[in-house]
Amino acid sequence: MTAELYQRDREWHPPALVQNYKTSLPRSPRNALLSLQGSASELTGPTFGHNDIDAIDNDLLRNYAKSGDPIGERIIVHGRVLDENGRPVRNTLVEIWQANAGGRYRHKKDTYLAAIDPNFGGCGRTLTDDNGYYSFRTVKPGAYPWRNWINSWRPAHIHFSVFGTAFAQRLITQMYFEGDPLIAKCPIVQAIPDQRAVDQLVAALDLNATIPLDSIAYKFDIVLRGSRSTFFENRPEGN
Amino acid sequence: MTQSLDYLKETASQTAGPYVHIGLAPGDAGFDIYRQELGHDITGPNAKGQQITVTGIVTDGTGAPVKDVLIEIWQANAAGTYAGHGEVEDGFRGWGRVIPDFETGEFSFETIKPGAVTGRDGRPMAPHLNLWLVARGINVGLNTRMYFADESAANAADSVLNLIEQAHRRATLIAQGDGTNYRFDISLQGEHETVFLDV
Repeated sequence: MTAELYQRDREWHPPALVQNYKTSLPRSPRNALLSLQGSASELTGPTFGHNDIDAIDNDLLRNYAKSGDPIGERIIVHGRVLDENGRPVRNTLVEIWQANAGGRYRHKKDTYLAAIDPNFGGCGRTLTDDNGYYSFRTVKPGAYPWRNWINSWRPAHIHFSVFGTAFAQRLITQMYFEGDPLIAKCPIVQAIPDQRAVDQLVAALDLNATIPLDSIAYKFDIVLRGSRSTFFENRPEGN
Repeated sequence: MTQSLDYLKETASQTAGPYVHIGLAPGDAGFDIYRQELGHDITGPNAKGQQITVTGIVTDGTGAPVKDVLIEIWQANAAGTYAGHGEVEDGFRGWGRVIPDFETGEFSFETIKPGAVTGRDGRPMAPHLNLWLVARGINVGLNTRMYFADESAANAADSVLNLIEQAHRRATLIAQGDGTNYRFDISLQGEHETVFLDV
């Protein structure tokens, strides 16, 4: 069992209700969350192994290719999953999903007029290594319009889902790309009150990790909640 | 000046959006890509205990179903042990993903009824499933618990249920059922708003 986690900083995360993100209005609880001290139910969580996934799952250029490579800018997205103490989160499942280079999702509910790419599924998954490191190969997703205001556009982004070792570390977020002018205009991004927290979601161009003449790279580190390493009393049962 | 603390900040959450299925359940998005999708089978084939079916619907503040929700379940086995933290049946993970019908919003999943897990006060917590909900319009995933109506004595002594100050709201965490089939509706907002947890 993970030791007790640091309290989640609810002023760092976006609040449930954000006027400019319209869908949050009917989907945000009005009552305060009930804050719990962690028990086994929160401080344990599922684990995954290499028999759950395949090596090709992190290669979005190939994992759905039918007749050739997908259209778009070839990119590597890589980084580390760390906790708030700066320690690597090892062997944890990282799943991503994204639109194709034209900004269209392979989803039966997406009707945007940009074309589906027959060679692009748009999802990948991998396990971090002993240093907390992960990498994906994919194409850079396109920006796309969405119905919020009538002229709202999502910046290019990749969705990330990460587990950690405790169910209370579970996190879904979105990665953005350095230099995208739509980041500052997006109601979903700007739901985050602290600019430093926004900056932490923007992957940096990482020329050292590019493959010359092949693929450009972006680096995106993810931080999950940290756990208390030294505590002397008031321990959750089982520690 | 003082020394600066060198903790990192947790990465901020962002909504899972309407197309969460592409990443976490591509078959539900409408395509087949992985050798096996994760989370379809909560218990594995060897789990002991009472098999149960849980059905419900997630509604928003207007009463409309939230059809794009994805719910993750995390639970102990019938002996009250979480996978990875004691001996459990071969193949038991205790974790799963639940996606409602896109037309009606109703979800249904099968699992086994978990046993009581020891709480942090050293006393048993009433049997419960841990739930985590993500969807378009939910900026930070919502945690809650599902308890069982036929465990009224255990529920009455449960340390988490008893923390809910407005006693009438405790019912929002209790599934109604007959021991085999349970009904658990989740309300994101409104008169019967479910109690959500900051874990």
